[in-house]
Amino acid sequence: MDLTLEVWRQAGESAEGRFETYDAPDVSEDMSFLEMLDLVNERLIAEEREPIAFDHDCREGICGSCGVMINGKAHGPQLGTATCQLHMRQFEDGDRIVVEPWRAKAFAIVRDLVVDRSPLDRIIEAGGYISAPTGAAPDANMIPVPKESADAAMDAAACIGCAACIAACPNSAGQLFTSAKLAHLDLLPQGQPERYKRVEAMVETMEEFFGSCTNHGECESACPKSISIDNIALMNRDYLIAKLKNRKLAGQH
Amino acid sequence: MEIYRTDVGKKYAMAISGVMLLGFVVFHMIGNLHVFQGAAQINTYGEGLRDLGEPLFPRTLVLWAFLRVPLAAAFAVHIHAAYTLGYTNLKARGTHYQSPRDYLVANYASRTMRWSGTIVLLFLAWHLADLTWGIKTVNSEFARGDIYNNLVFTFSRWPVVVLYLAAQIALAFHIRHGAWSLFQSIGANNPRFNKFRRTFANTFTAIIVIGFMAVPLGTVFGIIH
Repeated sequence: MDLTLEVWRQAGESAEGRFETYDAPDVSEDMSFLEMLDLVNERLIAEEREPIAFDHDCREGICGSCGVMINGKAHGPQLGTATCQLHMRQFEDGDRIVVEPWRAKAFAIVRDLVVDRSPLDRIIEAGGYISAPTGAAPDANMIPVPKESADAAMDAAACIGCAACIAACPNSAGQLFTSAKLAHLDLLPQGQPERYKRVEAMVETMEEFFGSCTNHGECESACPKSISIDNIALMNRDYLIAKLKNRKLAGQH
Repeated sequence: MEIYRTDVGKKYAMAISGVMLLGFVVFHMIGNLHVFQGAAQINTYGEGLRDLGEPLFPRTLVLWAFLRVPLAAAFAVHIHAAYTLGYTNLKARGTHYQSPRDYLVANYASRTMRWSGTIVLLFLAWHLADLTWGIKTVNSEFARGDIYNNLVFTFSRWPVVVLYLAAQIALAFHIRHGAWSLFQSIGANNPRFNKFRRTFANTFTAIIVIGFMAVPLGTVFGIIH
């Protein structure tokens, strides 16, 4: 298939950016979107032109490195799929594809399609972990966990931190990411001792960088792991408890 | 108060003030329907609101202290939170997307809350001038306490009918998103009941808007005259 790409090119954070048009002939429909970009880059390098910079690592949808806006949709047209797992069969011969980096004030453009997502690390640093050193892994079933809770925690833990939720949100809000990182700890017994301290710290760190949630639900459908906005409601509820409840008793929740 | 400084806290304030405003809208809509029982009924109802709490409280005290002032406060909080959050969200994007967005689920109602809200607010100013304060330039035939004839006169002017109907459409868009969204904002989420939240918002909106539209339309079609 023959495609035309319009790709955002920007030399650095403060440099002026613009869309540049590239012909992408002879693309196989079995290629992933990143392999298609590799092909375009190989041709650019052969012509001694600067290749398109984009983030990628595992290319199997679990690392969260890749991710661009493709025709105005985060990670492109296929639901529940990261850019690396999006295949060119989702497009038609002759298509014009517009590729743009994630846009949020907190995400500086490093180069072309690569953005600096380190504000997400700041949110995790604020409390997205268990602080007690627990030694080696305990025996299975030492701590009983209801099946439903384990499943819900695992669904939240599927977050790969790609930031598509923030990129897709009309408000650039970080609620889905933050609530997933909270829920995968707070739904399990091991997360309880620091539950309310954690929600308070992570929400307030999130608000230093990102917008606020108006419940569009756009994040949920952009998420390559289809993480539910139910997590956001849980975060909101826990935040109120953290702020208002007697913390000595909140630990018994 | 400290919680209102945070964005999540402001969303709680929006949800709670929104519930108060929805409560007002329900009772206002139901109260309006007295007009179909005739002039005496609606006028008695209007007086009844002023007499609320008598003889325990002085006349109009309950109306002011428990209804009008809290409602005005809810409006103020709702608008202040909306404005400050909207500004935060605008700043959070930085450089806007340079190519057109293709939204998957963010719908027309959810993306136009600020505009539907502004339309409702402007309408409210007109509506108060027209049928509550009876400012002569807005409603030249206004007579205090004669609710029935006041509204018959106001709806005898077709541009006013169009204005009222248009405002109801804006209100419909606003509460269709709001009546769903508030559950998320206050963390009321239970997979067992979640599917009812959307149905609730749609049904609620339909009942409110049909109820409100009945009065201007009833006048246009001569049921109220």
